[in-house]
Amino acid sequence: MAMLAAIGAALLVVMAIAIARALVGPTIYDRILAVNLFGTKTVLLIAVVSVLAGRPDYLDIALVYALINFISIIGVLRYFEYGGEPTEDR
Amino acid sequence: MDTVITIASGVFAVFGIVLILSGGLGVMRLPDFYSRMHAAGVTETLAAFFIVLVLMLEVGWSIGLFKLLFIMLFVLITSPTASHALTKAARHGRLRAEGDDPEAGSP
Amino acid sequence: MIDFALIVDVVVLALLLVTALAIARMKDLFAIVMLSGIYGLLSAAFFVSLDAVDVAFTEAAVGAGISPLLFLSVLKLTGRYENSSHSHALFALLLVVVTGLMLVVGTLDMPAFGDPGSPASSHVAVRYLEESAREIDIPNVVTSVLASYRGYDTFGEAVVIFTAAVGVLSLLGLLSGPREGRESPVRMADHLVLRLISEMLIPLILLFALYVQFHGEYGPGGGFQAGVIFAAAIILYSMLFGLHAAQSVARPAVLRALAAIGVLVYGSVGVVSMLSGGTFLDYSVLSDDPVSGQHLGIIVIELGVGVTVASTMILIFFAFTSRSDAAHPESSR
Repeated sequence: MAMLAAIGAALLVVMAIAIARALVGPTIYDRILAVNLFGTKTVLLIAVVSVLAGRPDYLDIALVYALINFISIIGVLRYFEYGGEPTEDR
Repeated sequence: MDTVITIASGVFAVFGIVLILSGGLGVMRLPDFYSRMHAAGVTETLAAFFIVLVLMLEVGWSIGLFKLLFIMLFVLITSPTASHALTKAARHGRLRAEGDDPEAGSP
Repeated sequence: MIDFALIVDVVVLALLLVTALAIARMKDLFAIVMLSGIYGLLSAAFFVSLDAVDVAFTEAAVGAGISPLLFLSVLKLTGRYENSSHSHALFALLLVVVTGLMLVVGTLDMPAFGDPGSPASSHVAVRYLEESAREIDIPNVVTSVLASYRGYDTFGEAVVIFTAAVGVLSLLGLLSGPREGRESPVRMADHLVLRLISEMLIPLILLFALYVQFHGEYGPGGGFQAGVIFAAAIILYSMLFGLHAAQSVARPAVLRALAAIGVLVYGSVGVVSMLSGGTFLDYSVLSDDPVSGQHLGIIVIELGVGVTVASTMILIFFAFTSRSDAAHPESSR
């Protein structure tokens, strides 16, 4: 159990770093990178919480969120290809 | 058998934590987008592999094991793909890397 | 001993507040769409901490997944930055603050969270929880309440989703692709990796949607979530292979028919119940044994809901994307 708590703590630390990068990151790509990182760490965090709480049904949420994270990144990138202004950053 | 499993999951957990933290450190400290992408993309895939392995050893032989297996396979397939797609889009948008030759055309 | 649940709740709610304020203040619509995805994810986390797994599932799929995608396809039409407004509606702000304060004062009178004597925890809820195992006999009480005890409300939700599809289609229309089968070879090579990976993944995603659909009685899931995941697979296909290819796989005419058929199936179950001697949507009369009648009724109506939700989401996405393709024809392959 201590092992899982340590993993959870490391995940939370990196999620905080990702949020900081999303707020700071000079270009829009840094922010998308940070959001993607946040998403995949969230999937792992949900899996850890599910095992800690002994409820395997939370794993379905982790799977859906992994899927949603992937599709959102693809959606964002297709948006840029359609002529959004990627390097402009106000 | 039990001690073998415990030791194995301890080792994998340590690998996973080291990978996650070094990935986070890289995202925080590296100078430009492409190197940050490298840090994030590589470490998050391998860390996910090890951590899900630890969780699988913890859960034991049940339906949770198979769901975790699917999560691991899904992350192993989609995480590198998303990194590739994001870096490609950055190149497409002509984002400069440090050490880029300013005269070279876009690839 | 520190109460971790309370800390988690406070942190998540604080982040929700910060995200909402950022959404209200920013002018960059793209960043707002990303933030609304994060808002959906935080809401899902909050629902998980409240132990509402089905709701968290739906929120993760819809609020963090499909909604940002639909907004992104609209952004191609409207442009990325919001025009700065020069009027400052102070009276409106004052009105909102006063109303908010009155609502906060109103909550002071409410029963404590989780109070067993509160009206929400007495009366009908107790009966559902106690009788569900005997009358309906499925492990997931949320599905038994949603699909059987409160079947009318779920019927209303399915009709609302269908109405949304009708509304979007009547306002925007679905321009059928004028370009027939011209798939430029340059574009194919551009996204080779993504296309190959998606070809592997999309069948698995569809399979997962079917799993969620039929497993809704045993775990989190059901018609709504399954429909959204199914639509997400088709939307992924459309984003990577082009709208025309996606429309030849999921023809709009078929989708329109399916959206209506889903609601029709749901209503038909109610009518068949009436014809078999019960009241509208009383599943117990659908078969010899009331419990198996309930099972049959729940499976059929969840299927109707799933079909309607999937076809509605895909139709709305096609409607927005065909508009933006028509507006920017050079980038639509």
